[in-house]
Amino acid sequence: MMAHMIILPVLLPLFAGLLILLEWRQRIWLRRLISLAATAALLPLAGYLWLQAAGGEIGVYHLGDWAPPFGIVLVLDQLAALMLLVTALLALPVCLQACRGEDKNGANFQALFQFQLLGINGAFLTGDLFNLFVFFEVLLIASYALLMHGQGAERARAGVHYVVLNLTGSSLFLFGLGLIYAATGTLNMADVTRVLMEGRLVSPLLLQIGGALLLLVFALKAALLPFCFWLPGAYAAASAPVAALFAIMTKVGLYAIWRLWPLLFGHEASPLNSLVTPWLWPLALLTLAFAALGVLSATRLATLAAWLVLMSVGSLMAVLTLATEQAWAAGLYYLVHSTLAAAALFLLVGLISAQRGLLADQLKAGNDLPPSLAVLFLILAVVLVGLPPLSGFIGKMMLLQATPDAIFWILLLLASLLSLIAFSRAGSTVFWRQQKDAFAERMAVADLIPLLLLLLCTLVMVLLAGPLAEAARGIAVQLLDSQGYVDAVLGSGRALP
Amino acid sequence: MEILLAIMIAALTGCGVYLILRLRTFPVVLGLTLLSYAVNLFLFSMGRLLENAPAVIGASELHADPLPQALVLTAIVIGFAMTAFLMALALRAWGEFGSDHIDGRTDELDPEQRP
Repeated sequence: MMAHMIILPVLLPLFAGLLILLEWRQRIWLRRLISLAATAALLPLAGYLWLQAAGGEIGVYHLGDWAPPFGIVLVLDQLAALMLLVTALLALPVCLQACRGEDKNGANFQALFQFQLLGINGAFLTGDLFNLFVFFEVLLIASYALLMHGQGAERARAGVHYVVLNLTGSSLFLFGLGLIYAATGTLNMADVTRVLMEGRLVSPLLLQIGGALLLLVFALKAALLPFCFWLPGAYAAASAPVAALFAIMTKVGLYAIWRLWPLLFGHEASPLNSLVTPWLWPLALLTLAFAALGVLSATRLATLAAWLVLMSVGSLMAVLTLATEQAWAAGLYYLVHSTLAAAALFLLVGLISAQRGLLADQLKAGNDLPPSLAVLFLILAVVLVGLPPLSGFIGKMMLLQATPDAIFWILLLLASLLSLIAFSRAGSTVFWRQQKDAFAERMAVADLIPLLLLLLCTLVMVLLAGPLAEAARGIAVQLLDSQGYVDAVLGSGRALP
Repeated sequence: MEILLAIMIAALTGCGVYLILRLRTFPVVLGLTLLSYAVNLFLFSMGRLLENAPAVIGASELHADPLPQALVLTAIVIGFAMTAFLMALALRAWGEFGSDHIDGRTDELDPEQRP
């Protein structure tokens, strides 16, 4: 029974989503109850799986008991467990926030939300490249519908761009998979690495092209510089809970690169190593610089938050290319922090725009806002800019310590300064410049709970920074050991007749 | 046969890319469809091209790789669903903007084309 726990993070949202669809009388309370229960259940489940993986042993689940590399495997290592935990930590507050009324703007919000979780969890767990494609499609089609959730021309426009871009990306993904299969004869991630290590590669050129295409697709999902122009529009157009959930979406692309880095992209026997690696470092730095300028150009709070997401992508990609234990440990800590903090900011932006009527989240003088929102905005600004004593400071300090490169230091510190300027401008415009004749809507305290939950998580990240950094180091060590991954996944398979 | 297949995939991909770069939603949808056809053919050929070889071991001397066929099936289903979704999305965007421009612009249309 315990061996089957690995697949539960995929099955739970799947069945919850189906149950919600089966509830044909559109009773909103029942749908919310199912969705909330399933999302809440993900949390102890992810915690249990984390404890399983934390020992350093890699759990392998053979779907249908087909031995790898022939069957699809789900692999639970520490990175996958961490990502599952972050998803669960993010999903519960977002689901709670959606239940405050956003899910009434369309029929199937809760079902789509569960399918989105299904795709995200599956993408984190799978150990098979084609299966990764399938889970990407599941999470994408749910995200298309969630992005368009609610009405409005703005969302339709952002939605068309987002969908067309990602569908093109999916085609390229398939081209890349085809080339990798042609070059290695397998699509199992561990088996691809084994083929590389044993030098059984049919054609290095095909693998180079296929791997580069794959990397391009992941860069599109992660929003690395030449492929990042969709992000600010799409994230700013989405409703607040959806944008908060999307905080993990760019991280899925980053995760895919991270997962495949020791196995394929950065492996010393891989022909991709010299082709791809030199490009990513400058692109990451350019993304960081571009996002820093973008933050200044934002005219809406949601756009500001979206540019901040892009900034975190740039800094994470930079440390990812370093491929050292310290850099990856810092990157993993920063990944968790930036996901939760960005989601919190999107939720806060939603609360602020609900108070301001037609002005919504535009950076213009509006009505009086409750002081609680102002305080929360200040705290979040401190977290996201990276001022002491909150988690952003620790995250950025770890990034800087791990990166012995002057350009990265200058860019990251400059980007933090520019986001500080953008935050102070936005805060003073929204909270201080007020028109006396406008009135604020009443706000329930319950509206703040999801946001406070997310803030609590970042606070815990500060208090437990020591043990967490240690755990991140453990994850990085396990990730860098590609031989261990291959042995764990393929060694457990039965010998062929 | 290799040359024929390669030319076909190239033509489909080329047309697909050209259509995706158009400014109206309908050509873009068609372009994505063509691109997914090209991908499906391409996936077929990744297990090497063989003639008179069933994808069953032992049925004849040569056997084809069955895996790409399973992959193509999955890709076709997903591509079909995505095309259907994109059609619905394009219709909704047309309803929202009153134009089938990919950015929702109305100023570039002929007067009689406006709904």
